[in-house]
This record gives sequence, C-alpha cells and structure tokens, in this order.
Amino acid sequence: MNDGRLAGLLAIDVILIAIAAWLALALLGLVFLRQRAMAARVLFPLGAAVGLLLGTGALWGLASGPQVAVLAIGLPGLPFHLRLDSLAAFFLALLGFASAGISLYTGGYLRADDDTPPGLFAFGYLLFLASMAMVLLAADAYAFMVMWEVMALASFFLVIANHRSAETRSAGFLYLLIAHLGAIAILLCFGVIAVKAGDYSFAAMARGHLSPFWASAAFLLALLGFGAKAGVLPLHVWLPEAHPAAPTPVSALMSGLMLKTAIYGLLRVSLDLLHQPQWWWGALLLALGLATALYGVIFSTAQTDMKRLLAYSSIENVGLIFAGAGLALLFRAYGMDGLAALALTAALYQAASHAFFKSLLFLVTGSVLHATGQRNLGHLGGLIRTMPWVAWLAFIGVLASAGLPPLSGFVGEWLLLQSFLFTPGLPNGFLNMLIPVVAAVIVLVSALAGYAMVKFFGVVFLGQPREASLADARDARLLERAGLVWLAALSVALGLVPTLVIQAIDPVTRLLVGAGLGAAVAKQPWWLLVPTSVERASYGPAVFLVGGLAASAIAALLVHRLYHARLRRAAAWDCGHPWQTARMQDSAEGLGQPIRQIFEPFFRMRRELPDAFDASPHYRVEIEDHFWHGLYLPIARAVEFLARQAGRLQQGRIAVYLLYSFLTLLVLLLLVGR
Amino acid sequence: MNPFGLLAQSFAVLLALTLAPLLKGWIDMWRAWLGNRSAPGLLQPYRVLHKLFHKESVLADTASPLFRLAPYAVFGCVLLACAIVPTLSTDLPFAPAADAIALVGLLALARVFMALAAMDIGTAFGSLGARREMLVGFLAEPALLIVLFNASLITGSTSLASIVETLAHQQFAIHPSLAFAGIAFALVSLAENARIPVDNPATHLELTMIHEALLLEYSGRHLALMEWAASLKLFAYAGIGLALFFPWGIAQAQSPAAMLAALPLLGLKLAIGGLALALVETLSAKMRLFRVPEFLATAFLLAVLGLLVHSLLGD
Repeated sequence: MNDGRLAGLLAIDVILIAIAAWLALALLGLVFLRQRAMAARVLFPLGAAVGLLLGTGALWGLASGPQVAVLAIGLPGLPFHLRLDSLAAFFLALLGFASAGISLYTGGYLRADDDTPPGLFAFGYLLFLASMAMVLLAADAYAFMVMWEVMALASFFLVIANHRSAETRSAGFLYLLIAHLGAIAILLCFGVIAVKAGDYSFAAMARGHLSPFWASAAFLLALLGFGAKAGVLPLHVWLPEAHPAAPTPVSALMSGLMLKTAIYGLLRVSLDLLHQPQWWWGALLLALGLATALYGVIFSTAQTDMKRLLAYSSIENVGLIFAGAGLALLFRAYGMDGLAALALTAALYQAASHAFFKSLLFLVTGSVLHATGQRNLGHLGGLIRTMPWVAWLAFIGVLASAGLPPLSGFVGEWLLLQSFLFTPGLPNGFLNMLIPVVAAVIVLVSALAGYAMVKFFGVVFLGQPREASLADARDARLLERAGLVWLAALSVALGLVPTLVIQAIDPVTRLLVGAGLGAAVAKQPWWLLVPTSVERASYGPAVFLVGGLAASAIAALLVHRLYHARLRRAAAWDCGHPWQTARMQDSAEGLGQPIRQIFEPFFRMRRELPDAFDASPHYRVEIEDHFWHGLYLPIARAVEFLARQAGRLQQGRIAVYLLYSFLTLLVLLLLVGR
Repeated sequence: MNPFGLLAQSFAVLLALTLAPLLKGWIDMWRAWLGNRSAPGLLQPYRVLHKLFHKESVLADTASPLFRLAPYAVFGCVLLACAIVPTLSTDLPFAPAADAIALVGLLALARVFMALAAMDIGTAFGSLGARREMLVGFLAEPALLIVLFNASLITGSTSLASIVETLAHQQFAIHPSLAFAGIAFALVSLAENARIPVDNPATHLELTMIHEALLLEYSGRHLALMEWAASLKLFAYAGIGLALFFPWGIAQAQSPAAMLAALPLLGLKLAIGGLALALVETLSAKMRLFRVPEFLATAFLLAVLGLLVHSLLGD
C-alpha cells in the first residue's frame, strides 16, 4: 500500500463504485416495479452490503490523505469535481454504516398495502442514498448544488410515498418549501464566496480572501441554508410534520443521515471555505443551537405521537451538535485550536452517535406501527411482552438517546461539557460570564432528554396494553431484527470505545481547526478516554460497564446463594386497589403534564377542561408551536395578500396585456438609452 | 493496578455497603428522638434488610423481565457510584474510570431504571411515581452537575479525586461560589434522597409519595435491594458533599495507615451530617408536590449563580 492503493484502487474509487452500485440497484428497482419480493429480498439487502462497502471505503479514506476525482457528467465542459478528504470521509462512513442497518431493516419492512410500488420506493430510496454520498464527495459548488437538489427531491418523493392521504401531501409540500428556501440560501452563499474567489471549486473558494463583511454574509447565508435542512429554530417546523408522514425507513434516513449532510455543509463552509471565522459567528451558532436544543426537547416531552416525539428529539440533538460546532468556531476565532478540536470532536461524536441511535429508534417505531397500526402513544403499551426483540433493542436506543453512560450519547455530551468547562480561558470577559449559563442549559437539555425517552419507552413498551388488539402484536421479522441489532450494536460500540472513535475523528479536526485529540488519547490504554490529562478528566466506559455488570451480578449471585430466592406470581398490589384497568395508567398526556406546567410559555396551548358536574367529562388539550402563529402564518397570509394584489394585473383582455408589453418595452428602452 | 489498590478499592466498596444502612439507622434514630418518639435502634435497617431477603418475592402477573432486572441494575449502579466517590482515599484504581459528569450519569441511569420498572406493572401509582421521580430528576440532575462544575472550575478538573486533592491542599479559603454551590447541593440532596421537604420516606400517602410509589410493587429480596440501594445513594451523596465541601482528612496516598486514619474522621463527619439532616427533616414540613419544581429551580439557579460569581470574581 505504497501510494494508498489496494489492488490498484484508491479509497475514492471504492466509494464511487459503491455509489454506482446503488444507482444500478435503483435502476433495477424501476425494472421490477411491482415485485415486492425482488425489492425486499434482493435490492435492499444488496443496498445494505453496498453501504458496508462505502463505509469501509470511507474509513480507509479517513486514514489516507485527500484524494480527488473528476466525473465527466453534467454539462459539457462542466465536469463534477469530487474530493475525498477526512471531513467528507467521516460523514461518508456514517452514511455507509448507518444506511446498512436501515436498508437491511427496510428489506423486512415493505408491505403489500403501501401506496407506492416497491420498485419505485427502492428507486427513490437508493437514489436518495447515492445523492447524499455525492453531496459529501462534491468538491465544487456546481456538483454540490445539483446533488443537494437531487437529495431534496428524492427525499420529497419518499416522504409522500403514502400520497393518498392529504396530510402526507401537505407535510411533503412544507418540507419541499423549506428545503428550497434553504437551497436558495446555500446557492447565494456559494455565489458570494465564488465571486470573490473567481472560481466555483471548493479549493479555489478556500484560497480566496473575503472581506469580513462578505465573509459574514456568506456565513449567515450558509447558516440559513443548512439550518433549514438541519431543522434549526425557527426553520424546524417541517421535521415534526414530515417524519410522521414519511414511511419509517425514510424517517430514519432523514433524521439519522440527511440532517448530518447539513451539519457537514455548515462545517465545510464555516471552517474550510471561510477559514477565518469571527467570534460572533460562533456565539450566534452556539445561541441558536442551544435555543433549538431546549425548544426541541421541551416539545418532545409533550408529544403524543411516537414519531413526532422522536422528530422533536432530533431537533434537540441537532441543537446540541450546533452548540458544539459554535463553540469550536468561537475557540477557532480566538486561535485556541486545541480547545476548538475538543469542541469539534464533541460535535462530531454527537453527530455519529445520533446517526445510529436515532435511526434505531425511528425504525423501532416502524416495527411498532406495523405490528399494531398505531402511532399514537395513547393506544400503545405493554409491547415488551409481545415484541421483546424490538423492545430490548429500543431500550438500548433509549438509553443512548437519553445520554446515559456507558452508551454512545453520553460520550458526546461528556466531551461537550468538558469543552465548556475549559472556556473560562477565552479572552472575552462577557462570553466567559455567559458560558457557564450555557453549560447549565446543556445539562438541563440532557436531563429533559432522559424524561422524554422514559416517556417514549415506558408508554410504548411497558405497562398494560391500552388497547385489546395489542395482545396479538407480532415481533419484528428477521431482516428487520438484523437491521435493528446492527444499529444497536454500533450504538453500544460507539459508547464503549470512544478512544478508537476519537482517533478516527482526529484527521477531521486536524483538517478543520489544525489540531486533534488523537495524540493525547492514544497515550492512554484503549479503555480510558483522556482528552487532555488524567488530572483534568477521564472516563472509562468499558471499565464502567464491567464494574456495573459485576456489581449487579455479584449482588444477584449472593442474594440467590445466601437466601432461598423464592418467587410467587400474583395480581399487582397497587396499594390494595381492587379494580385496575389499563386506562388508570398514566397516559402520554399525563406524562407531559409537569413539563407543560413548568415550561408553559414555550407552548401555545388550548385546553378544554370538564366541569365538575359533567355527566360525560371530556378533557382536551392541544399543543402548538408558537412559530406557526407568530411567524409562518403571518408570512403565508402576506404572500397570499401580495398574490391577490398581483392578480389584479390579470384582466383577461388582450388589449391590456398588449399595453403591459408596450410599457415594459418603453421602460427597457429608457434604461438602455441612458 | 497493584494488589494494594485493588484491596483498598474493595475495602472502600465494602465500607460503603456496611456503613450505608448504619447511616440510615442513625438518621432514623435522631428523627425519632427529635420527634419525641422512642427510636427503633441503630441497627434497625440491617434487621429490615435481613427480613426482606428472607421473605418470598411476590411478583405482579404483568411484570416483564425488566422489572426483575431493575433492582440488580439499580443496586449495581449505585454501588459503582459509591466506589467512585472518594470517601476514604483519593488514590483508588477505579477513580479514573469516571469523573463527576459520569457519576451524575450513573445516578441518572439508576433513576431511569427505577422509573421504567415502576411503569412496567402498569398500575396507577407506579406510573404516577415514575412521572414524579423523573420530574424531580430532570431538575435535580442538572443542579447537581452545576454544583460539581463549581468545584471543577476552581480546581480545573472534573475528576473527583483531583478536586479533593486540590481543595484539601489549599489554604483555608472561602470560595464564594462554593457557598452558593453548598446551599444548592443541600437542596438537591434533600430532593434526590426523598427527604422531607420534598418527599417523606416514612409514609405511603398516595397524594404525595414519590420514592415509595416507585417501590410499591416490589417485595422480598427485590425490595431489599432497592432499599439498600436507596441508603447507598444517600451515602454516595454524603460522600460527594464531604468531598466538595469538607475534603480535609481524606487519604491521598495508597497506604493502609492513611486510610485507617481517615476512617474515624469519616465516621465523625457522617455522624454530624446525619444529625444535621435529621434536624432539617424534623424542622421542616412536607411541601406540596407543585412546589417541588420551584424548590429545585432555586437549587439550580443558586448553582448557576455560583458559576457566575466564580467567573466574575475569578479564582
């Protein structure tokens, strides 16, 4: 392996082969349009294998240096420039490995009663994967924007796969609208940078020097554009609508992976293309990220629909990732590269663990939905008895998502908090004072995430079934299980060996901020994570797990040895209340009640409470986003108003239209004549 | 890891296991005396544990494996937490495996297990208790973490062992931020250990119970483990409090003599702390549940105020 070739192939070649394979499989989907068995048994499992290939290639690319390729597709004289550097390779690895699990699952997930033919679904799905990979590989603004649009359109058609319901169509429309708002902003951002650089390739753009004003303009446009895709406040509204509408594997792909392409884009623009960040960019990103995280987690605790709950939880996670990235920008702006590397590592770790555990949780909701036909938490319960596989795998996802040790979510939060504790070194007194408050918000968010996850798992899988029909819910099928097991295993692995993962992230932070944690981490044994020095902080998740398991096992052993360990089954006691029904359990609304009460200003609530003497009491509470009524509906009304005003021009008489042409001509002549 | 370190670590764990019920007995005894009742005796918690272990466990029909797993998981988590907190010595082989943040995470893990187990049976009280426990948790957990951050900012480390070593070596200096953190910590530990202004461990009153509602369906050995875990958690909190605010006297080298010397001092500190807790519990009245968020928000804000004071005043 002298020049990074293996059997004559570079890492980028392997990745391109994988993308081509995805496209070929997508075309096969069009050929076998209505053959479900073909899609389920061949296309999706093969797609999963290709995902593994892509992930492996990306890991290899992460270790070797940057590689370039030129694809002669597109317009004549305008080829696609592709480049595999460590940032792209990291996100490609996430894409490959997470999509492998999701594709495997999808093979078992397809059902006969879907609106979209299975072949067409497979086509859209694989095209979506390929376009995401190409977005990550793109090395010029042209290829990036084309692939970004392909990605947006492919995902739009996947979201409206069940297009017979009006709700789905309107959710899809909202998604498309916000996606295109974002795309325009990204295009403008690239335009600003490219005009100054004189070329639209990323390499030239990174070399160009922008005045602080134009650099800031480009950054703000990038924030708007990628923020819309990632679901940052106030552009988050499409997420909770699109996720429940989309078929489950699509939700998992969008939440687990597509959001990451937005993170990738933001990092690419703010740290690579605009290589001289200003401190207020970081502060803005940090503030926006924290607001998003807090907003997302509070709403997720109040939801009663499984997928909406997870969608809001994704908003929370994206907020935390943005906060980490913002902190990295802040440190970078002050030239504190080591700390920037720590914060960036935290953000990337969050991104990686979120890709796996959130995909896992979304897929779990798909299994529950297929087994019970219910998405509403109020009609679920007790599924751990009928669907043990799904339930226990969901348990892993829930612990990871709640940020509990020793699973993957905790490592990201741990690193993020560590980097916050270092901030008092910043040469800006005002920021130094605010940063502790920021740390307080982060810990509040992670504690609330625990609440939301307990609610999700407890209501869906524990307790008594809230509907009689749940008793014959069937567990996931083999392929579904395999996909879930793969994602759960990665969530556990990411939690247990943070040292190896951080060493893999090291080239990325070296590329973006010029420093990395790899060397410090490599000095310690693999089971002990030490980002800076042992005196400062250390965390050994593997030791943790072994210690905890040993303590539990020894306790169990001793209890069973020393005492008789007899067990008897009986009816639940419940303080001696003789009549217990499943309706007496806390409902999803009930579990949301304390949050609604404490964080009341966050919600726009409409309540109907029963009177004390009602014969048939009804309780109703509706929760809405303030942003709908405060921002989106006024804009929609304004647009409608303007459209109506513009509509007055249309008189329907040809003479009037000729007059318009004449006037236009006159104005143009005036302009040209001057 | 040398054999002595391993021995010292096992000694610390065994000490926590044995001292934790004793601490509970001590507090209960004082509570009884201060309430003008005759006390059950210092060793009562051991007798209760012994009795519960001997009893047969009655398991609800609807219980899933998670319900049976939870007591062991909770016990393991809390015991691990006790092993991490430097009560006797800062130089223990297990200490680097987890810092203050991981410790809080570990306690949160135990809480999640308890809440899920309570929801598992599907009774009205179980899920009620779970909801309340998580309510207390999501407010108390950040407050505790911020308290620990106060100490971290002073000492420049999140490792508990380093915090103790730095604080104990300093000249006797009052850090204003630690004063805020101290009050916040006191409030948090009252809430987290189901003590009186927040919860009353001695009653099963439907309207107010939190901790007991979680344990309603447990019996026999499972209940014993849960009770033991609760007293271990109290011990761990006492350990954290002593480490942050009274770090003097904790051994800092791996020598049996230093550890043995630290032992009586630890006993004295725990005795005083337990007495103070009993006093607080006797003097205050149980709050309404709706007031608990305010109580904990106060703790949270005090701790954040401590951080602000630190960054305003510097070291």
